[in-house]
Amino acid sequence: MNKKQKKALAQIISAVVLLAVISLVTGKVSVSPYVEFVLYMVPYLLVGYDILKKALKGIKNKQVFDENFLMAVATLGAIALGDYKEGVAVMLFYQIGELFQSYAVGRSRKNISELMDIRPDYANVEREGKLEKVDPDEVDIGSVILVGPGEKIPIDGVIIEGETTLNTSALTGESLPRDAKVNDEVISGCINMTGVIRIRTQKEFGESTVSKILDLVENSSSKKSRSENFISKFARYYTPIVCYSALALAVLPPLFHLVTGNQAMFSQWIYRALTFLVISCPCALVISIPLSFFAGIGGAGNQGVLVKGSNYLETLSQVKYVVFDKTGTMTQGIFAVSGIHHSEISDEKLLEYAALAESYSSHPISKSLQNAYGREVEKDRVKEVEEISGNGVTALVDGIRVAAGNEKLMRHLGISYKECHQVGTVVHMAVDGKYAGHILISDQLKPHAKEAVLALKKAGIKKTVMLTGDMKNVAENVAADLGITEVYSELLPADKVRKVEELLSKKSEKEKLAFVGDGINDAPVLSRADIGIAMGALGSDAAIEAADVVLMDDDPIKIAKAIKISKKCLRIVYENIYFAIGVKVICLILGAVGIANMWVAIFADVGVMVIAVINAIRALFVKNL
Amino acid sequence: MKKTYKIEVDCANCANKMEQAAKETAGVKEATVNFMTLKMSVEFEEGSEPKQVMQEVLKNCKKVEDDCEIFI
Repeated sequence: MNKKQKKALAQIISAVVLLAVISLVTGKVSVSPYVEFVLYMVPYLLVGYDILKKALKGIKNKQVFDENFLMAVATLGAIALGDYKEGVAVMLFYQIGELFQSYAVGRSRKNISELMDIRPDYANVEREGKLEKVDPDEVDIGSVILVGPGEKIPIDGVIIEGETTLNTSALTGESLPRDAKVNDEVISGCINMTGVIRIRTQKEFGESTVSKILDLVENSSSKKSRSENFISKFARYYTPIVCYSALALAVLPPLFHLVTGNQAMFSQWIYRALTFLVISCPCALVISIPLSFFAGIGGAGNQGVLVKGSNYLETLSQVKYVVFDKTGTMTQGIFAVSGIHHSEISDEKLLEYAALAESYSSHPISKSLQNAYGREVEKDRVKEVEEISGNGVTALVDGIRVAAGNEKLMRHLGISYKECHQVGTVVHMAVDGKYAGHILISDQLKPHAKEAVLALKKAGIKKTVMLTGDMKNVAENVAADLGITEVYSELLPADKVRKVEELLSKKSEKEKLAFVGDGINDAPVLSRADIGIAMGALGSDAAIEAADVVLMDDDPIKIAKAIKISKKCLRIVYENIYFAIGVKVICLILGAVGIANMWVAIFADVGVMVIAVINAIRALFVKNL
Repeated sequence: MKKTYKIEVDCANCANKMEQAAKETAGVKEATVNFMTLKMSVEFEEGSEPKQVMQEVLKNCKKVEDDCEIFI
């Protein structure tokens, strides 16, 4: 509790005690009305003075119709009617409500901020051979910092010494550790688990991933959702309308009674009007809705899903169509040897010939062959290398003629080859003039890609579509493997945009379309879709810039999680809206006809608000979705 | 030019009123008040002096909600 809150608590407690004492005393001993009035004024002013002062200031500044005015009129009115106890009680309860609200909001803010508190507090910098503990802000680019086991990496950089395993859960929500060694780029926010490492920083603290993510999450609640904008507008018109209605309620029925020759019963109607005013306060709505979004974004961030705005969280919950990019999104984007077929000699030997023959080539195929070979390529075993562009390469490996390439190369050399039944890039091998088999190289699906599509269908996605620039048979193979119904292949970047626009035009306004890509080259499509989701590549700046939602660990299974989180959050928002407005309307009607008294009124105000705030916090608990 | 300021305000309604007041201040192109993070971000009109404009914004905000603070 902060100072203001503590002062308020002290005032409330003293007022409660005084009120109890005075009621007891005046109940036992009879006192004159004036004395009674003065006695009750003490606790009243104790809790009410600030409100009265604010109400007066409000009138002075032409901001007449606000909460303070309401409470002032309601309680002064009750006192004027002789209901001293009620006047004090109403003011007391109002203050209790305000304190509770302030406390609840403060605690929620703290909880959510703590959840996202991934900010490192210090960095161990090597300066002139000594280790200094400094503020991460003070570390220049190119400095060397030391991160020991259990410490958080404070700044993005590259490891220059040591190897270790990193815990990336602060950023991605994943507890699976990642290995890191010399020359690996590491990002801030990760916790160093096992070894001591020295890192040369590549960015300043403010530009490091952890600062960027924190800024993003903080600013995200400034991008207001449609619900929030609606509530703000609603509150602005609502309060004056309610005040005038209350005025009407206080004045019109009595006048009507007078005109029709009955008793006016002003006091009764004024009392009802005051109750009406107390019930009508819109705080519950105005506080709980932003709080729900704040909690939702915080909870999502904790799971490695960065949502850049409350409005995006809202749109996410309405997504019915998901369009995927293929390479880098659903597949790993690296080409690897996935099969060796029809080999006359041993697989390893064939691979060795292939890797050596291709060792002088810079083609990505060469890289994947060398990776699969796994050992040092002894280039001195390779002579007379001839690279025929578009066909392949021939060379003398250990004195033997080796040819590695596509069908064109085989035909050119007059060697009959065997077609590959599987889909991918095929490297035919000829050793010593004879066909020796072929090596299949293909892109691998991401480990959870299939689960991801299944999870999306379970989460209520109507249609999944894949767009890719890759060849038709590869695309259709991948789509079938994943369970994606529609696939469009051999698309140029501009075609992708057009396809998305086509899909957008075919669907209804309420159903939103999400595009999932890897950020860098999908920027136009990401911005065209209703919601752009990018694979964060653990810190890719381009992805974080271009998209509305960033999946920090590149795992497509998080798409379904993101959608489920957004749905939970929006569900809570609507629960609060209906609950708050519903209860208020009922109590307003009850108040107007005189069934509800001041106590019901206070519950309708304070109680509803507290319940709404507690409900809003539920949006934080998304770990097991 | 955009700048963000720390603010202190008690209730969400008041935060809304501050946002309205800020938006209507001369020299302010766009303003958002985030009650959750207690921050106000202001985009200033071309050629206006942020410090001066913020003094006006503070004055206007105090008019609608006496109990607020903007840490300029």
